[in-house]
Amino acid sequence: MMKRLQLDSDARRGLSQISLPLAFSVLLLAAPLAILLAMSFWTQDFLTLDRTFTLANFKEAWTSPVYRTLMLRSLKISIIVTVLTVGLAYPAAYYMSFVAPNNRKALLVFLITIPFWTSYLMRIFLWKVILGFNGVVNGSLMGLGIIDAPLDWISYNQFAVVITLSHAWLPFAVLPIFVVMEKVNRSYLEAAQDLGDTPFQRFLRITLPLSMPGVVAATLIVFIPTIGDYVTPRLVGGPDGLMIANMIEIQFKNANNAPLGAALALSALVLVSSVAGIYVWLNRRYLQSEGAA
Amino acid sequence: MSKRILTIFMIIFVIFLYAPTILLPIFAFNDSSIIAFPLSGFTFDWFKSLGAADELRKAAGTSLIIATSSSIIATMLALLATSATVRYKFPGKGAMIGTIMLPMVLPEIIIGVSLLTVVLLAGLKLSIYTIIMGHVLICTPFCIAILRSSFQQLDPSLEEASLDLGESRATTFRRVTLPLIMPSVISSLLIGFTISLDEFVIAFFLSGTEPTLPVYIWSQLRFPQRIPSVMALGTLLLILSVVLLTLSEFLRRRSARRLGQTSTSGAL
Repeated sequence: MMKRLQLDSDARRGLSQISLPLAFSVLLLAAPLAILLAMSFWTQDFLTLDRTFTLANFKEAWTSPVYRTLMLRSLKISIIVTVLTVGLAYPAAYYMSFVAPNNRKALLVFLITIPFWTSYLMRIFLWKVILGFNGVVNGSLMGLGIIDAPLDWISYNQFAVVITLSHAWLPFAVLPIFVVMEKVNRSYLEAAQDLGDTPFQRFLRITLPLSMPGVVAATLIVFIPTIGDYVTPRLVGGPDGLMIANMIEIQFKNANNAPLGAALALSALVLVSSVAGIYVWLNRRYLQSEGAA
Repeated sequence: MSKRILTIFMIIFVIFLYAPTILLPIFAFNDSSIIAFPLSGFTFDWFKSLGAADELRKAAGTSLIIATSSSIIATMLALLATSATVRYKFPGKGAMIGTIMLPMVLPEIIIGVSLLTVVLLAGLKLSIYTIIMGHVLICTPFCIAILRSSFQQLDPSLEEASLDLGESRATTFRRVTLPLIMPSVISSLLIGFTISLDEFVIAFFLSGTEPTLPVYIWSQLRFPQRIPSVMALGTLLLILSVVLLTLSEFLRRRSARRLGQTSTSGAL
């Protein structure tokens, strides 16, 4: 109470303005997450919920081979998708920021965002059409006489999931990197050139470290949500490309085992968040060493 | 040399990005119920078949209600949050805005199942309201991202002048701030609308008896013979989204120009 009185009028105005959106987020995000956590410690027998505390759901989520396979596969796919997406987005953002003429930049940003307003479901379905057995890729390669029989390794497997997910996340990776690159002070680059750095040295010593915050943002924006995708594995993954989110959906909907679903969902979230945390920490170390050098 | 490589890379990159989008209208006009090459002929039948689908019309209506309400609520919450964070310093600001922005990096399935759990435990029925709640959560961070830059460019002296001249804060907001940031507000409404209209994961978990458009599309994807019509529907949605986004981008630029001009005149 005393603390509140000590706040100046600006602080009070800020707090009163943010209180409504914050209350909304707490009520509809933080509280439901807390309830999901509570749910994961309960058990469900068909439709009746037993609210005695138990760790059985987590034990099952982490030891049962089915769930462990799905969890590790999801983590693996998320990591590959993130590396691929950020790896492709970086040169694209670099082109947009450092190569493209200034008056074209806004157009380029617009150009790369448009495909992503094609319905999410349709885009995934169209990848199935592109990569499928009688699909666009196989059809054109066979038409050109490059292959005799359709390639079977490009559809209904983890490869197809990786391609489809990477495509889905590309603009979300390009934009944060581009925004940070735009802020890189161009006179540093000129200074490095004047002092005799080759373009590659200049890139390694100036552009890369300075654009790293964008790379981190892009990585987090892609990596964490990817583990929760269940449409892509369902449509293009085949039996072998299913991910943990498909299992979460089954537990909540068909299997009527919401507590196990909650434990799986939270386990997946904790798993990706820890990997993301390690990544952010490593990155900070890298930037510190660059700053010290 | 490296510039040329980067340019070639960029061209391939853009082709990759557009690959599915280009196929969508091609199959929507293709006179065959099988989605594969070679194409067999040109037809408008798939578009015509959409007119007869009652369920589709109902789903479109549901989606319109949800997208309109979500974008309006999200924009209002985003206005409050942005105004507070851009203009004032207060304790706990980082954590508070972090909580509000969290849905941007949270897997949608987590938001879906946590809201579903609450609805089930509270014994509520799934309805369009539960979907609206989920959509407001995920739209608000995007609306904040759009509104933030126009709040940052806003010249505070204009608001101060209005306050000094005896206007109340509410009137100042209505007569000075809001007109200046109006293009961004509309842009935020359009983005919120487009995100909600296309959102599937949360809607899938939280929809009751009234499916949204994406949930309807999902149910149709199981029937091969319905897919060409779905392609036609997807084409129409794509046109709608591109029109809305072009409008939003146009407004955003006008807003930047307008704010730029007012700040120079303010400096004079």
